[in-house]
Amino acid sequence: MEMILPRARLAGLAAAAATAALLALAPARAADTFITVASTTSTEQSGLFKQLLPEFEKASGIQARVVALGTGQALDMGRRGDADVLFVHDKVAEEKFVADGFGVKRFEVMYNDFVIVGPKADPAKARGSDVVAGLKAIAAARAPFASRADKSGTHAAELRYWKAAGMDMAKDKGPWYRETGSGMGPTLNTASGMNAYALADRGTWLNFRNRGDLVILVEGDTRLFNQYGVMLVNPAKHAHVKKEAGQKFIDWLVSPAGQSAIAAYRIGGEQLFFPNAGSGR
Amino acid sequence: MFEILASFGLALELITGGDPELAGIVGLSLELSLLASVAGAAIGLPLGALVGVGRFPGRRAVIVFLNALLGLPSVVVGLVAYLLLSRAGPLGSMGILFTPAAIVIAQTVLVAPIVAALARQVCEDAWREYEEQLASLGVSRLRAVPTILWDARFSLLTVALAGFGRASSEVGAVMIVGGNIDGVTRVMTTAIALETSKGDLPLALALGIVLIAVVLAVNAGAYAIREWSARRHG
Repeated sequence: MEMILPRARLAGLAAAAATAALLALAPARAADTFITVASTTSTEQSGLFKQLLPEFEKASGIQARVVALGTGQALDMGRRGDADVLFVHDKVAEEKFVADGFGVKRFEVMYNDFVIVGPKADPAKARGSDVVAGLKAIAAARAPFASRADKSGTHAAELRYWKAAGMDMAKDKGPWYRETGSGMGPTLNTASGMNAYALADRGTWLNFRNRGDLVILVEGDTRLFNQYGVMLVNPAKHAHVKKEAGQKFIDWLVSPAGQSAIAAYRIGGEQLFFPNAGSGR
Repeated sequence: MFEILASFGLALELITGGDPELAGIVGLSLELSLLASVAGAAIGLPLGALVGVGRFPGRRAVIVFLNALLGLPSVVVGLVAYLLLSRAGPLGSMGILFTPAAIVIAQTVLVAPIVAALARQVCEDAWREYEEQLASLGVSRLRAVPTILWDARFSLLTVALAGFGRASSEVGAVMIVGGNIDGVTRVMTTAIALETSKGDLPLALALGIVLIAVVLAVNAGAYAIREWSARRHG
């Protein structure tokens, strides 16, 4: 008897646990219509989605689930078929994504801009409205610079600006050039801790609290313009892509309702993203 | 220092404020971590007991292997789970990447070895204690496993709590396979990581304090059950 009782109890416990697990996971979450959107840390961490997604859900009944990554990683997610829609900011990489057949069509949605932040005292004398001159000054002073180095859209842009400044960061980087290999927020945390310069998108910067001594030093250069695009992952490559719901999200973003929702998002009265769907830029 | 103190105040406000969003995140964290602990225990306890009590060739190698798994890097588990669950992976057709189920799977993979390794030691010690008695009753090692598990249940509860601790404190794997989706797969740890990213360190720390409070409550509850049941069953 002593043997049977515990075994029955253990088996009972295990069965109860398994049932509970199935009950808890299965029905509650499968029913609603949802799409998976791979997007960038800059859009998520700036708080834009908190404003946008509830409005879209109200208009369409579709829940957009956003996974925030660097643009490079988000594109990779699309290539693997793990997202329905991509909402990213690296035009060159996006056009390649579509040309390679992974995306259906690229739509322009909005833009914001990049800024160079750095210590208030500006030891490298980078301050101004010319991104290339600013970077040259930082490199000349060998002042600490925190780079995303994570193949994100911001990282791609940063490398383009360095190139315009005559530097190839693959070989010209020195110990002053610190590659964090992380998202915008963590990189700003690092820059704040080291009193380093960094390239950031304005949205994340405005929403960023741990600024320490950092301020915006370079802004207003038209080259700092940062265009966002949206694409449906090609259902011809991945049959499970929710093309109707996904396309509805895209259509809504570029519609007047979506565009004005983007324009309405502000932090401390400052507009973060500027809708420009259909402008063809 | 001031920031840390401010965080305690903020944590208190969060706990007493009854913010539904925070409650949802805490609830999801608890639910998923408990599910993973139960699943991890369901795999790890019998496995640990078998290795602890049984005698078979290669047993020592298995023990070393189990103990080594205590240090399983969670980010690697997350990556492997991601590649398996991704649409381009072998289990992709299930479509559970970036769902709570994916989080539970990753957490279970992390919890099961901890439970197995610790249960192995507990059961081995219990077996030494009862070996003669059980042998005189003609009970084989294999048939003794349920008895040993039942007899060592109080020690094994602590083992299960260690598993729960690993599940609830997990961030690397949960971020990769869950995606930290607001309202769907955002749990305490990934919410803390997000607030840290935003540079809102006091809020991040306050969320951390809330998480510790929740873990404390679970452990207190487990302890109370243990005391109650020990009094009842002797």
